[in-house]
Amino acid sequence: MDTVNGSEIDLTVRLGNLQLRNPVMTASGTFGYGREFSQLVNLHRLGGVVVKGISLEPRPGNPPPRVVETACGMLNAIGLENVGVQGFLDRKMNFLRGMNSRVVVNILGDSVEEYGLLAERLTGVEGIDALEVNISCPNVKKGGVAFGTVPEMAAEVTRAVKERTDLPVIVKLSPNVTDIALMARAVEDGGADGVSLINTLIGMAIDPGTRRPKLANVIGGLSGPAIKPVALRMVWQVARAVSIPVIGIGGISTADDAIEFLLAGATAIQVGTANFYQPRAAEAIVDGLRTYLSEQGEDSVRSIIGAVRVVEG
Amino acid sequence: MPEFQEKSQILLKETVTCDIFRLTLQAPAIAGAAHPGQFVMLQVDDSLDPLLRRPFSIHQIAADGTIQIVFKVVGKGTAKLSRLAAGDTVDCIGPLGRGFPLERMNRLCLIGGGMGIAPLYFLAKRLLQAGIQPENDYVLLGAATRNELTLFADEFFDLGYTVKTATDDGSLGHHGFVTDLLEPILADIERVYTCGPFPMMGIVAARAQAADVQCMVSMETHMACGLGACLGCTLAGADGKYIHVCRQGPVFDSKEVAWT
Repeated sequence: MDTVNGSEIDLTVRLGNLQLRNPVMTASGTFGYGREFSQLVNLHRLGGVVVKGISLEPRPGNPPPRVVETACGMLNAIGLENVGVQGFLDRKMNFLRGMNSRVVVNILGDSVEEYGLLAERLTGVEGIDALEVNISCPNVKKGGVAFGTVPEMAAEVTRAVKERTDLPVIVKLSPNVTDIALMARAVEDGGADGVSLINTLIGMAIDPGTRRPKLANVIGGLSGPAIKPVALRMVWQVARAVSIPVIGIGGISTADDAIEFLLAGATAIQVGTANFYQPRAAEAIVDGLRTYLSEQGEDSVRSIIGAVRVVEG
Repeated sequence: MPEFQEKSQILLKETVTCDIFRLTLQAPAIAGAAHPGQFVMLQVDDSLDPLLRRPFSIHQIAADGTIQIVFKVVGKGTAKLSRLAAGDTVDCIGPLGRGFPLERMNRLCLIGGGMGIAPLYFLAKRLLQAGIQPENDYVLLGAATRNELTLFADEFFDLGYTVKTATDDGSLGHHGFVTDLLEPILADIERVYTCGPFPMMGIVAARAQAADVQCMVSMETHMACGLGACLGCTLAGADGKYIHVCRQGPVFDSKEVAWT
């Protein structure tokens, strides 16, 4: 329990049977495996760390250039470069175990079977508290259509992961769909313990001088403050559509940003791109959240979840 | 290795040319830990415009807890940085990355092109402190024109190095590429350190490798974080795998890099 001005403010939240000391996590792909930030950030103050997405085998990623800055945002086409599940367990888990913060492992695969196998490999490992399933990947066996754009496929992946693990399973939703609430309901039906959203919006940038795309991959994922209004709208829609906890992601860089997502119905939030330009953003959000709750006369962060005042009709 | 985030006041802003500037920043923690070849990630302000920090190599450090960077205005970030004045504050993270190796220090050649000259001055000073005899070592500097070069050439000369210059327009030293200056002295050299445009370093690397001279290169890429998290600062490695400039570099053995 944290104390501000003599009053105790409860920042704890629950995602299924996983309790977080506060709702502020770091988003997959923006915080490495935690250790990369250990010199600059007090990791034990974070609600949790979602590690860089892990696949069954190591992946080399895309050719450069992989990142390009855009107005209030950035495009990336990293290509899911990662050390693979065995490399992760051998070389990354030891640090994460000692970090004294919740560890969520983001997983990705080319087939339903791969997701299941990953869940199995990561279950029963000391120090892993939950899985986050990245369904924005192409399903190689179904002609490369992304799992995250077809409700039945997203539900199937969720079920495959749930069957192989007793860890809480959070499914990370893609915003590149017509109706994200439909996707959320599908993975809820598939047994997900929570949903996190949004992943990046697909975008593009061209260099007028060379007439070439600025990313070698031509298109990439847009992130950063530029996408926050879209993310907030989607979180609000999903929170009204499902009964499982929602984790808000998308351009969050300040406490006010985080509070907006909580008011829209998010139980927790993830800080992403802001980690790149302000490594202490997540810590500052924890502080700012506490100050806000104190000023609002709230003794628990849970009181503001979904508390947006919308005049209906 | 230790890394710090500091609110750094600009103590001095020097105008080298109309679009090249040198800043002296109060950054005692970074200055105390910095190694030649390392860099800082600098945020001009918290306006989110530009969003990302910009990497700058450390040009030199001083015992009073300051660091210097040199930059040319090439885009939105450097344009905004160029409009700051002494007394303004920037947010600085560093020292980052793997710097230049300093062991086996004799018969060296430092080759800098354009803004790539910046980190070589820190290296040149540290080599002196480590006890090299600078009269046996060369500093080769290249730039577009004379006024981009004279300040730096004089400073290397004052350290005691044998300095040779080249300019694209012939206004100072050799009229042509700085790489032309390497060939005649290569037989006397044991190790080359270079920083500059990619094609320039590619030529230096090829010549050094042909002469079986070790060549250390300091690479530059766009990078979002500088901390090894975004995996955006990728270059093709010589072994067909990707290398990451921020953590594995920015300094590499030239044999680690794919130059074509």
